Amino acid sequence: MAAEAISRALRDGALEGEHAPALTIKDSIHAPLGAFVFDHILAQLSSNISSSKSQAQLRIVDCYTDPLGWKSQLAESGIVSNRSTQNATTASLCKNARDLDMLFSSIVELGKEVIRETKGRFAVAIDSVSEILRHASISSAASLLSNLRSHDQVACLFWLFHSDLHEMKASSALEYISSMVACVEPISNTTNGKGMNSENLPLIEQNLGRGKFSVRFKRRNGRIRLMSEELHTEQMGINFVPAFEDYVTSQSLVPKVQFSLQLSEKERNDRAKVVLPFEHQGDGKPIQIYDGRRSVSESKTENKETNAEKMHVNEDSGRGEIIYIRDSDDEMPDSDEDPDDDLDI
Amino acid sequence: MMSSNSANNLLDEALGFNDECGGGGGGLLLLIEDRVETSGAFILHHLIKRRLSSPNRPNDVVVFLSFAHPFSHYDRILRKMGCNLGVQKENKRFVYYDMLNLNYPVTDGEKGAEDLLLSVYGKIQKTVELCSSREGYKNSTIMIDDISLMEVALCGSSNLVLDFLHYCYSLATQFDCLVIILNHEDVYSTVDVPSPLLQMEYLANIVIKAEPLATGLATDVHGQLTVLNKGICQGSGCSKSKIRNFHFRVKENCVEYFYPGSRT
Repeated sequence: MAAEAISRALRDGALEGEHAPALTIKDSIHAPLGAFVFDHILAQLSSNISSSKSQAQLRIVDCYTDPLGWKSQLAESGIVSNRSTQNATTASLCKNARDLDMLFSSIVELGKEVIRETKGRFAVAIDSVSEILRHASISSAASLLSNLRSHDQVACLFWLFHSDLHEMKASSALEYISSMVACVEPISNTTNGKGMNSENLPLIEQNLGRGKFSVRFKRRNGRIRLMSEELHTEQMGINFVPAFEDYVTSQSLVPKVQFSLQLSEKERNDRAKVVLPFEHQGDGKPIQIYDGRRSVSESKTENKETNAEKMHVNEDSGRGEIIYIRDSDDEMPDSDEDPDDDLDI
Repeated sequence: MMSSNSANNLLDEALGFNDECGGGGGGLLLLIEDRVETSGAFILHHLIKRRLSSPNRPNDVVVFLSFAHPFSHYDRILRKMGCNLGVQKENKRFVYYDMLNLNYPVTDGEKGAEDLLLSVYGKIQKTVELCSSREGYKNSTIMIDDISLMEVALCGSSNLVLDFLHYCYSLATQFDCLVIILNHEDVYSTVDVPSPLLQMEYLANIVIKAEPLATGLATDVHGQLTVLNKGICQGSGCSKSKIRNFHFRVKENCVEYFYPGSRT
């Protein structure tokens, strides 16, 4: 399962001689489930840490309460009370979200505090990089993430990113830094992106509770591994299930145009009757091997047979046929197996 | 068919505010998107009346930032709906900020705009803090009419607008307020870069879209409302996101809401 593979990769941490694994969780307004995935990954990571060592400790760099220092300025001038900037003792308040160098220092400082006794490594979770990009450039944000990833005390890091809030280059930059990209997409494609209508509403509502979850893993040797499944939101979190092709949904989404894009019932039946030319399936006829040389009598015989077949075909017009003749006995019969399956990639 | 004068109309049901007196919705941000053909201002007026007309909540306050109209405009409309804004203003329950008459620092550019915004935010936070300290306080409401004009007033900086909304939202979660903002969808429709409206849709817990009918103009139906309620996450779990769609007709003193085809 893709979600489990992500959790394992984050839990295992950096491989020898490599930077820490980094995960981008990407969603959009049409499939706004990225936050659920983020919470799930965070919970899984905390659980993994707790099961292997002492209790997982959470430290928060709070860039939400006062990211630009407004509340602090107002409190210092006596306009408002100071209680707005007070927070839990486990949170370090960030008053300038534009200064990513200071943010990096805060993260590392807190992380070192956590691992002081265990002398291990710490994980970093960022909710969200889209908010960072509101206050800083993509190059600064990419620099922050790269520095965290290459820090020798960072075990892993992951972040949430809303792809439709930024230009393509920002999304691409983040994906280049990541060793894993988890993408949440709508389970149903609405027929018209603009405006709400009675046809779209059930699909839009469905997309608020379910989504396609596709994960791209980047291996050390550069190869890519793809996994996908579905995610469903539930009252107490999310659940991942194997992907299921919804035939009915896909059929109902065929665009309404003037020419026919779908098969009629007769056409569907005729297609089902065509016997595929795979020898191992067998069609009752003897298997022929073409030797490149044909005698005249054989060709006449073939012609008679062909004519007879043609007449037979005309009488039985609903049956399609594909004629395949193997070149030689050296060529192996077709098989259902994928010849690339034995590759050790 | 339900009018806005009944205890619970389709709009109130879609918003899911639990308090039958029109309260509830604390710690949330509600975004109203409208278009040139279908103004969403009537939703603002409806919510002003609902938030002020609850006798069980005498200390609740509506803080209103107006970039679009003078006070007399809202006073006239709400009077027809049976709500006296003048009295509410004197009682400090309706705190009105006339942003049209503030002196904008033209020469200072964006920095000056940020300082002005900080000053306005400070007043709002002070007001909300004062109300929250009073006995019987339940909810306060912060309203902005409207965001696109606010952006104009801030030298075209959508970033400053988003910063301001972020701070209002953090105030809402801290003091259990409801933030209501009105924005025009078609102002951003031709912009190539990712729209700031999308940022607001991400931030909002409830999005109300006022759009014309797909079939065009009609005399009996003035448009359709689509209410996306993203649900609330609390300790016991998250409620499901819901979408409701219904039609509306704006009358002189009220608004009628009804499902398509249900009018006789």
